[in-house]
Amino acid sequence: MNRPALATLILSLLALLLASLVLAVTFGPADIAPSEVWQTIGWHFGLLPESPVGRLRDAIIWELRLPRVLAAAAVGAGLALCGAVMQALTRNPLADPYLLGLSSGASLGAVAFLLAGASLLMPLGAFLGAGAAMALTLLVIQLLGGATPTRAILAGISISALAAAATSFLIFWSATGDSYREILSWLMGSLSGVVWSEALLVLAALVLAGLPVLLSGRSLDAFAFGDTAAATLGVDVVRLRWWLLGGTALLTGVLVSIGGAIGFVGLIVPHVARLVTGSRHRVLLPVAMLLGASFMIWTDTAARSLFEPRELPVGIITALLGAPIFLLVLLRYRRIT
Amino acid sequence: MSAGLVVSGVAVELGGQAIVAGVDMVAPVGQVTGLIGPNGAGKSTLLRAILGLVPAMGSVSFDGTDLTVLPRRTRAQFTAFVEQSSDTDARLTAREVVLLGRIPFQSIWQAAPSPEDHAQTDAALAAVEMTDFADRLYQTLSGGEQQRVQIARALAQQPRLLLLDEPTSHLDVHAQLAMLDLLRRSARAGAAVLVALHDLNLAAGFCDSLVVLQGGRLAAAGAPGDVLTPALLRQVYGVDATILRHPGDGRPLIAYDLPG
Repeated sequence: MNRPALATLILSLLALLLASLVLAVTFGPADIAPSEVWQTIGWHFGLLPESPVGRLRDAIIWELRLPRVLAAAAVGAGLALCGAVMQALTRNPLADPYLLGLSSGASLGAVAFLLAGASLLMPLGAFLGAGAAMALTLLVIQLLGGATPTRAILAGISISALAAAATSFLIFWSATGDSYREILSWLMGSLSGVVWSEALLVLAALVLAGLPVLLSGRSLDAFAFGDTAAATLGVDVVRLRWWLLGGTALLTGVLVSIGGAIGFVGLIVPHVARLVTGSRHRVLLPVAMLLGASFMIWTDTAARSLFEPRELPVGIITALLGAPIFLLVLLRYRRIT
Repeated sequence: MSAGLVVSGVAVELGGQAIVAGVDMVAPVGQVTGLIGPNGAGKSTLLRAILGLVPAMGSVSFDGTDLTVLPRRTRAQFTAFVEQSSDTDARLTAREVVLLGRIPFQSIWQAAPSPEDHAQTDAALAAVEMTDFADRLYQTLSGGEQQRVQIARALAQQPRLLLLDEPTSHLDVHAQLAMLDLLRRSARAGAAVLVALHDLNLAAGFCDSLVVLQGGRLAAAGAPGDVLTPALLRQVYGVDATILRHPGDGRPLIAYDLPG
């Protein structure tokens, strides 16, 4: 894809994201106009002298909906980025934070910290869990005799199953009544009740871990023909792999601690993006992130508005949408290769 | 001593076994040097040792520069490698594959390939006569075309040292001849080309000199006409052969005596 086409694509996706951010805030029990959203944001940034909407509506926009929509965007972008990177590193189109066991590990860490009464440290628990799961997955891959696409997935599935079992056991052992329900809904993936501090945490993680990963896009291209080819193109394969797995583990940990284990986004968004951009990561990664952000905003909006006043865990929607899209992607790949 | 690759005392142990056991050899700039020997002789491992892909003892230098201490990226700016075959699941066009060869020259802050990158890519595609295929998906190309694209990718690295591991094994006769002719032209244009080959007649026809490995050690080295003798083929490959001369240019032709 040439430069003007690329610029047009990126600008359209940015516009889509911005429109999604504003429009998604207007969805909900209280009717809110897009202009009110703009003005409220303007007021909070000191651009308007007084609140344009009154205290209640301001709270709905600024405290209730905006952090959640922003968090959804960040989670979607982060999952898409992690998925695209893992698919490149393992040369396996099925790889994503879920299948490599990172999401399950993060869930285990987060639930363990939550049940131990340290709910404020949940992101830390999730990061530790994701990191431990990643280390174990890599260990299993080594025990199997080195990285191949199939081994990576088999190792990931085994670690994932182990972590999921441990999580279930923890919940069974110590959770009661309300916390049981809450944990279950969170495990299925839900952005319900996200507050500003959480939204900012995901955004910060996205910038801190996401930026270096984005910059490594070209080195990821070098992996197209495997590790040897990457090494002879000047990539320090071992260091880059650790660096990227560390970055994606950190990001996955934070994403899971805020949104639970939301599946399929990391898997399908990079594939959809690839259909548009081709496989060059310098282009693919930002496009996948923008696409993932808008996708997540709308699935989360659907999750909270479809069955009002009840909340559907957004993970259910992403799975319902994701599985068929994934099949379509597979069929398309089959035709090409 | 002419400019080029100088390998001395290179030894590689993998899993406690000596795969390459102290090899000395040279591959001068301007020439195609053929690396021959039976399966398991250590050809691939020697190439990997030269590329710094496996831990090795001994020294590897190019134009007097010790390669083993150079950063990977610097090395990739003048050393390129082509494998026996290269597969990918990535949806890349031929041009995008060739553009990969420019990675060692691009800074991480650079948003898009530079005009120089595009110029080198176009030149490399033209050199392998794949310009018309530039926008085809790599997977839709034939084996020979894919190998030509890989050579173009290697040429885009502007290599002074070009290493190839049996690049002709999956190609038909026409593609094999075209590939080796291309390597010879690359060498004449100012590169040291070291290519592992199985086909001794191809090696005899296109290589300026041959390096023969056997059991990880150097068995012979020199001009094809001097190296390829019935005695050597008997010793290294365990085959009986008659060496004929090509009626046109006098190069050695190996006619194998059939067993039984």
